[in-house]
Amino acid sequence: MSGLRAFARARETGILLALVLVVVVTTVKNPSFVFSGDGWRDLLLTPSILVLVAIGQAIVIITRSVDLSVSSVLGLSAYLTGRLFLDVPGIPIILVFLIGLVFGGALGLINGALVAFARVPALVITLGTLYAYRGINVVWAGSNRINASDLPKDFLALGTGSILGIPILAIIALVALVIAGWYMRNIRSGRELYAIGSDPDAANLYGLRVTRRIISAFIVSGALAGLAGVLYAARYGTVNSQAGTGFELDAVGAAVIGGVAIVGGSGTVWGAAIGAVLLLTINRALPILGVPDFWQRAVVGVLIIGAIVLDRLLALRQSRRLVEARDDTNV
Amino acid sequence: MLFQKTVRGTRRRRAIGVIAAAASVALIATGCTTTTTSGSGSSGGGDTKNLAITFIPKNLGNPYFDTSDKGGETAIKEFKGTYAQVGPATASPDAQVSYINTLTQQGVGGIVISANDPKAIGDALNEARDAGIKVVTFDSDTDPAYRDVFINQATSEGIAKVQVDELSKQIGDAGEVAILSAAANATNQNAWIDLMKKDIADNHPNIKLVDTVYGNDDDQTSFDKTAALLQSHPQLKGIISPTTVGIAAAARYLSTSDFKGKVALTGLGTPNQMREFVTDGTVTSFALWNPADLGYLAAYANKALIEGTITGKEGDKFDAGKLGSFTVGADATVLLGDPYVFTKENIGEFDF
Repeated sequence: MSGLRAFARARETGILLALVLVVVVTTVKNPSFVFSGDGWRDLLLTPSILVLVAIGQAIVIITRSVDLSVSSVLGLSAYLTGRLFLDVPGIPIILVFLIGLVFGGALGLINGALVAFARVPALVITLGTLYAYRGINVVWAGSNRINASDLPKDFLALGTGSILGIPILAIIALVALVIAGWYMRNIRSGRELYAIGSDPDAANLYGLRVTRRIISAFIVSGALAGLAGVLYAARYGTVNSQAGTGFELDAVGAAVIGGVAIVGGSGTVWGAAIGAVLLLTINRALPILGVPDFWQRAVVGVLIIGAIVLDRLLALRQSRRLVEARDDTNV
Repeated sequence: MLFQKTVRGTRRRRAIGVIAAAASVALIATGCTTTTTSGSGSSGGGDTKNLAITFIPKNLGNPYFDTSDKGGETAIKEFKGTYAQVGPATASPDAQVSYINTLTQQGVGGIVISANDPKAIGDALNEARDAGIKVVTFDSDTDPAYRDVFINQATSEGIAKVQVDELSKQIGDAGEVAILSAAANATNQNAWIDLMKKDIADNHPNIKLVDTVYGNDDDQTSFDKTAALLQSHPQLKGIISPTTVGIAAAARYLSTSDFKGKVALTGLGTPNQMREFVTDGTVTSFALWNPADLGYLAAYANKALIEGTITGKEGDKFDAGKLGSFTVGADATVLLGDPYVFTKENIGEFDF
């Protein structure tokens, strides 16, 4: 009973309901949105890559930072993936996944170290690395492009294939989500991330290893973006120096829509993941509902602002409740 | 990519234009003296024409230009000239300047160049021309003041027509079609789309254009827009994507979807991007010009300029080996011809 009430109260529930509503309305209008081979697959497949990046983004935002460089990390990792298959013929696919993860993690480490040691706001640092990493990508790739015919068939099949009707990419995203969700909820170091985001000074005074935790949050975000890069190559089959451009704002948007407060300390990776699914599903649903191309971005903007306003209202209500509760006990 | 680059380039070009304008003002004093001296220095040509022609692509290691320059090499071998290729590693606006200057000093007979910027290399090219070097641009033009002749790969009308024709052939000249374009404000694509609409209205009454969507020359966006198109128009028979990024993304989506083989796809693409999808039957044909022919024609035009057969005047005629005879059009432009259609049968001959 209390579980049900907690579910009804949870910040994520509203987003989930919005998602269900979008899917139901669109399906009524056009049943093939869910009930066709392509429709069902795209429903799960399209958000998978963004879900991975949004999980990492949520973890970083919870510590009161932000990682804007994720799109460039994703792009670099996607191009690296293509180059590995081209330059090292017969390289095992699993090794490419590992290299993508480690490579992304290393780029995340650079972000984290700069933020934690230089004590410069993450917004500035990762805006810098967003451009720097993309610049490296442009220098490296030039006008070259990885084509679908350069990549092994088995690898490309991962990008669109399914197991028991569920796309492989969606399964990978779900596994990452369950692990991250469990870690952030149940593990001490995960809870410390919330403490740091709520009040960094207090966390420091309390003796938490703030620097180390922040760096690891950035490493996780980088590694997930790196993994997303490998999956990007598998799904789209074409990678140039601009792969993933603009993903950083989608990732931040997904986290915010999903109830991760931009000031840190609250929200869950589950919310961010649902936010990511909602964001991309709306993008796919609007054309089917007959909303012209040009309005789609505006709708996403309204969604983000709405989520932030809702966040603020909920926060005010809760603080009022807490004040009341305190006053009651005093009397 | 081809188109993506031109579209993105315009933003940069404005800034470069300002810099170039400032630079040219500063160069007036020094520039005057250089022109006169170099002009007199190269006047020892005599009767034997200098058929040393150098190709400057936008950047080296670019398969598209490797193909076009190889076409140029074939032509130059045919008329027993000397072929060379130099160029920058990256396609930045002023990267070609130093190569042009070096060639001017070496006193080559002609330069064939694909301009990274319509203005930034202008002064260097004019210095070369003052030294008696003939300048032919191909693929991307400079302002007409900086070159003798431009080889235009295709006209907008030709590009629009070939795409409509290919699609109408594949869908039996009837049914719903849609366009997957680049950005909503992409100049080239919008011009082509307008011409395609007109062509469809005038010549293909049974084809109905139901939607135009914009993939922003981004793989992911184009991919997702293709999915949305197919879902929102269940009766769709064909898609035209007049952009290399769009057609590859659409082909990738179609190749693993239920609509493979049921919805036709054509447009502008490069063989390397499309090989996989032509081989597996997702795409029957797509169009682009043949860069090898483009380079071949550019080399012959340069030869004609060096030998004085043409001067770049409208109506000048010259012979271009296996491609036949060509006439210089307005603005000293030579048109290669209709776009080239790539199919399963001929795609193996191309690598760009």
